[in-house]
Amino acid sequence: MKQILFVVYALAWFSQLAAAQQKTPPKVKPTTKTAAKLVAVSAATLTAGKAVYTQNCLTCHMADGGGVERMNPPLNGTTWVLGDKTRLVKVVLNGLEGEDIDGESYASVMPAFDALTDKQIADVLTYVRNSFGNKATAVAPAEVKAIRAANKK
Amino acid sequence: MKNHVFRYLLLPTALVGSLSLLALKTENKVVADPDNAGLKLPAGFGALKVAETGARTRHITVTPQGTLYVKLNRPNKEGKGILVLRETTGGKAEVINGFGSYGGTGIYSVPGFLYASSDEDVFRYKLNAKGEVTNPTQPEKIITGLINRRQHEGKSIAQDKAGNIYVNIGAYSNSCQVKDRQKGSLGKPNCPVLDSAGGIWQFQADKLNQTYGDGTRYATGLRNVVGLDWNAQANQLFVMQHGRDQLHDNFPELYDTKQSAELPAECMYALKKGDNAGWPYVYYDNIRHKKMMAPEYGGDGKKEATGNFLEPAAAYPAHTAPNALLFYTGTMFPEKYRNGAFIAFHGSWNRAPEPQKGYYVAFQPFKDGKPSGEWEVFADNFAGSPEKATAGRPDHKPCGLAQGPDGSLYVTDDKQGTIYRIVYAKK
Repeated sequence: MKQILFVVYALAWFSQLAAAQQKTPPKVKPTTKTAAKLVAVSAATLTAGKAVYTQNCLTCHMADGGGVERMNPPLNGTTWVLGDKTRLVKVVLNGLEGEDIDGESYASVMPAFDALTDKQIADVLTYVRNSFGNKATAVAPAEVKAIRAANKK
Repeated sequence: MKNHVFRYLLLPTALVGSLSLLALKTENKVVADPDNAGLKLPAGFGALKVAETGARTRHITVTPQGTLYVKLNRPNKEGKGILVLRETTGGKAEVINGFGSYGGTGIYSVPGFLYASSDEDVFRYKLNAKGEVTNPTQPEKIITGLINRRQHEGKSIAQDKAGNIYVNIGAYSNSCQVKDRQKGSLGKPNCPVLDSAGGIWQFQADKLNQTYGDGTRYATGLRNVVGLDWNAQANQLFVMQHGRDQLHDNFPELYDTKQSAELPAECMYALKKGDNAGWPYVYYDNIRHKKMMAPEYGGDGKKEATGNFLEPAAAYPAHTAPNALLFYTGTMFPEKYRNGAFIAFHGSWNRAPEPQKGYYVAFQPFKDGKPSGEWEVFADNFAGSPEKATAGRPDHKPCGLAQGPDGSLYVTDDKQGTIYRIVYAKK
C-alpha cells in the first residue's frame, strides 16, 4: 500500500514538474503521411464534392453540416466522419439505421447511396472531411473501389 | 401613558404589515418579462420565461392547482423522465422534483389522473386533491407493446369525455417505400406499415395492460401525429399530421427543390371512427388545394388522388412540423380565441435548400367546432432572429402547449428546455 502511495506521489510530483517546464500543451503533430495528404486536397475535388453533397446529403445534414437534432446526425467533429475511412465509406454505400452517434439517438433513416460512383463518393467524403470545421485526409476513388469490392451487404 | 406609546407603535406596524401584504399580492401576479421572453405577440399579450429546465421538454399539462407536469424526450441527468414544476412568484415556476425513468412525448391530465407515454407504453398516475402524484414509482400500465422503430416514435395522447384514450402510432417510414428514403424506390403494395402504425388507436382510459388486440384502429392513413386534442364543441378528435418528406430527393425528375419545399401541406384533420387520411398513397397539395397521388404509388406531381380519403379540415405550410394542438377554452384571452386552436410548429428542416420555416405558435380560429377563417402566427420568434429561422438554426423549438387554470398559455421548447407562459393583460 505504501509503495503504491509513493508511486502516486512521485507521479504527481513529476507531472507537476513537467507542467511547469512546458507552459503550452503539447500539440498533436500530424504524421508526415497525413500532412502530405492534407495538402493534396485540391480545390477541384472540393468543388466536385460540394456538388455531390448539395444533391444528395444537404436536405438531411443541412447546408452547414450540422444535421437536425434527434433526426439526422451532424457531420462536424465526429469520429464517424473524421475517423476510420472504411466505416465512413460503408455508411455511404449501405446507409445507416438505428445506430447511436456519439451517444445520441437519431430517428431518421439514411438510405444507401451505392448508386454514386467511386469518384463521387471519394469527392463528397473528402469535401465533408474538410468542411464544417473538419480537417482530415482525403478519400481516394481507389480506396472506395476497394471497400466497395469487399463490402458485404 | 404606556397605552399611548403602544398606540403610536401600532400605527407603523400596521402600515408595514399592510404594505407587505400589498407586496405579496404583487408577487402573486403574473408579470411578463420586459422583452416578452423574446417573443413577438399580438397587442395586449405578454410572455415570460417560467423556467429554464435545460431538458428536452416535449408535451406539458397543468393541473387545476397550477402544478406543471412536463414529459422529457429522454430522462435527465437524475434519470427522471417527467418534471414537476410548482409556481413561485410573478408567474414563474421551479422544478421541485421528477419521476418516471422513461423518455417519451405524451402527457395529459384529467381530474384525478395523469397519463404519460414512453415510445411503447402509456402509464397512468393518481393525482390527489392538491394535484400531486401519489404513486410516482408505481404507475398503472394502461397500454403496452406499441411499435417503436425510432422513426416517428412519439406516442402522443389525448382523451375524449367518454373514457377513451387516443394514441398516435406514427409510421416507421417516410412514404412506405420498398427502401425507405431511397431515390426512386417505389411504394410497397398494400402498405404493411398500416397494420400496426400510421394511425390513431383508441383504447379505454381505465383498463390495464391493453395492447393492439384490445384497442381499435380509430383512424388510419396518418403518417405521424404529434399534436392532437379533443374538441369539446364538435365532440371530435382533431389531429395535426406531419406530412411526408423529400419529394425532390426521391423523385428529382418530378419535383424541383422549390416544389419539394412547399409540398405537401401539414394538415389538420377532424377524425371520425374509420376515417382514412390516405398516407402513404396520397398527399395534400396546398397550392392546388387537391389530394394528389404520391409518386411512390403512381403519382407524377399532377395526378389527383382517387379513392375515399379524408379531406383535411385545414392546411398549413409544408414541413413546419406541428407538434402540439390545443383548443383554448379559457377566458383570459379575448373572445376570438375561445374554442379556437393553438398549434405549436416545431419548425422545418426538410425545406433545404429553400429557407427553413416555422418555430412559432399559430392560431386557427374556429366556429361551431370547425376551422373558420385564416390561421395566423400568434407567438413568433422562438428562433431568436429571422436569420436563425431561415438557416434552420433556431434558439428554441416550440413543442408542447397547455392551458393554465387562469387561462394563460404554456409553451415548451425541446431544444433548450425553456418553458414559456403567454398572458393577456386588458388594456
